[in-house]
Amino acid sequence: MFSGFIQGLRRAGVPVSITEHLCLMGAMQAAAAHYSVEDFYFLARASLIKDERWFDRFDRVFSQYFKGLETVGDDLVRELPEDWLRKLAEKTLSPEEMAAVEALGGFDKLMETLRQRLEEQKERHQGGSKWIGTAGTSPFGAYGYNPEGVRIGQDGSRHRRAVKVWDRREFRDLDDRVELNTRSLKLALRRLRRFAREGAADQLDLGGTIDATAANAGVLDLKFTPERRNTVKVLLFLDIGGSMDDHVRASEELFSAARSEFKHLEHFYFHNCVYEGVWKDNARRRTAVTPTLEVIRTFGPDYRLIFVGDAAMSPYEISHPGGSVEHMNEEAGAVWLDRLTRHFRRSAWLNPMPQPSWSYTASTRMIAERMEGRMFPLTLEGLDRMVKALSR
Amino acid sequence: MAFQSTSSYVASRDLEVAVNAAVKLQRPLLVKGEPGTGKTVLAEEIARSLGYPLIEWHVKSTTKAQQGLYEYDAVSRLRDGQLGDARVHDVSNYIVRGKLWEAFAADEPVVVLIDEIDKADIEFPNDLLLELDRMQFHVYETRETIVAKRRPVVIITSNNEKELPDAFLRRCFFHYIRFPDRETMEKIVQTHYPDIKTSLAREALNVFFDIRELPGLKKKPATSELLDWLKLLMIEDLPVEALRSTDAKLVIPPLHGALLKNEQDVQLFERLAFLSRRG
Repeated sequence: MFSGFIQGLRRAGVPVSITEHLCLMGAMQAAAAHYSVEDFYFLARASLIKDERWFDRFDRVFSQYFKGLETVGDDLVRELPEDWLRKLAEKTLSPEEMAAVEALGGFDKLMETLRQRLEEQKERHQGGSKWIGTAGTSPFGAYGYNPEGVRIGQDGSRHRRAVKVWDRREFRDLDDRVELNTRSLKLALRRLRRFAREGAADQLDLGGTIDATAANAGVLDLKFTPERRNTVKVLLFLDIGGSMDDHVRASEELFSAARSEFKHLEHFYFHNCVYEGVWKDNARRRTAVTPTLEVIRTFGPDYRLIFVGDAAMSPYEISHPGGSVEHMNEEAGAVWLDRLTRHFRRSAWLNPMPQPSWSYTASTRMIAERMEGRMFPLTLEGLDRMVKALSR
Repeated sequence: MAFQSTSSYVASRDLEVAVNAAVKLQRPLLVKGEPGTGKTVLAEEIARSLGYPLIEWHVKSTTKAQQGLYEYDAVSRLRDGQLGDARVHDVSNYIVRGKLWEAFAADEPVVVLIDEIDKADIEFPNDLLLELDRMQFHVYETRETIVAKRRPVVIITSNNEKELPDAFLRRCFFHYIRFPDRETMEKIVQTHYPDIKTSLAREALNVFFDIRELPGLKKKPATSELLDWLKLLMIEDLPVEALRSTDAKLVIPPLHGALLKNEQDVQLFERLAFLSRRG
């Protein structure tokens, strides 16, 4: 029962194991929920999902599965229509109009307007099953996006209809993004160092000695604790070339300082987005390419993966096979990103661009979403938060 | 007996389902959520609605899993040994029971709260795997195995400071307490202060949700802050107009210290208030 659902969850990258599945079965058997669909949804969520960051994906799989829809593979975790929309805005809006959009409250607001328009449109169409964008003057409809994928305000979520809880997608922005100012990199590195030197070296375990001596009825029993070594292993992926030229100095400084601090530090370069190959020496990037799969095989999941890059590129470089500006990539950048972040469970993306500007670049938002919100600005506080996120 | 909203605690339907499933299947329930959304209070409410006593175990950064089971008080034994006390020959005199032992030894089922499990060392949850799974542990000093007479209801809260190990998570039910929406919040205020003036509650909630909307706050005020603040407002007996005022001097809500706990946040708020006044 529900094994297709479980498989769908796993395909979407939600860690669900047989234990959780059995647990759900057990709960169903114990009739803990009275078999209303909504209760079943809550029960399934409580027993299958163990971290709120998966809630959104769970909601989407749930809605797909219990609608009997075929899961469209990777599209599941992609916000394509939103990106198209933004793409469209970039194409058709003049700088002044872009400023006006920003004044309106940015793209979120734009999406909101779109949503309202969709609702109006739906009413005029008397509940047509497909919201086809033919609204003459609307700039949104012309582009022919897929309303099935947008999933905004479906069937009037305002009415809190029970079956539609998961369609509201309330867990989208569980992480708050705090605005930060850029400050000196030197200070920032000190934070990184703290990360590297976690765990002080102590020799005589005084407390242990006292305890052991007391337990020994007064006969001195010296206890030592081994010196804690720096076990933090870091894998650094640096974006090089293109839009990163402005930031290359910043990332190089970070890189050289980091190099002296970590015992296990490996670095690789990539351009814009990671694909099937990365390289160690930028001059020989054409000849000495390391396959990304080999990187995954070589370094264990105990390595912390840190990307440094501005994540500014064409959205297609992430979303589509063949989207790379440099070569023909058979698999989309997103696939590779997912592969890496799935293997290196503790990963983060450092972005040298100031955080407020992120939301205006489609690709930055896409990558931040793929990183489960673990994109941090290259600032003092950003590094602080990254260290915290990576040492959890 | 099922857990549900009471006169003192507003539980959403998903929380009810999660709690009842965990109670029925006798598995621990892991509760996460923003600070101040009632994670700890939840355990008290569950205990009250099930009619079980509550045993609280508050975890600190230095807490070891072992302390929840038992501790061997070697220092007392050493002292007794020096004084020639006869008790010294029986090691079981120096075994101090921990919270979990208490819970396991109880004749009636109890609710155990393991509060803020993420504060402890990263190995802490791993050290409790078997204990929480089988509800039993072994005392090495006395060579006895303690088995729970009645499996307790275990509620674990986490503030998300550390990620918990998969093996541990797999044994738990999970619930994330979301920040309540306006409607729920009104209900919560009603249950806590049934005789609050409606107009005051409404204005206070307006201010409260406005503050939460502010971008860049380090610590957003949560339910517990709101309740504290309302209490202060009621004690001070401020007129509703004080909250509604657009007067320049009063842009900062009265007694905001209860809502904003961080001087940077207060500054940010003042700056924004100042800007919006000019604009």
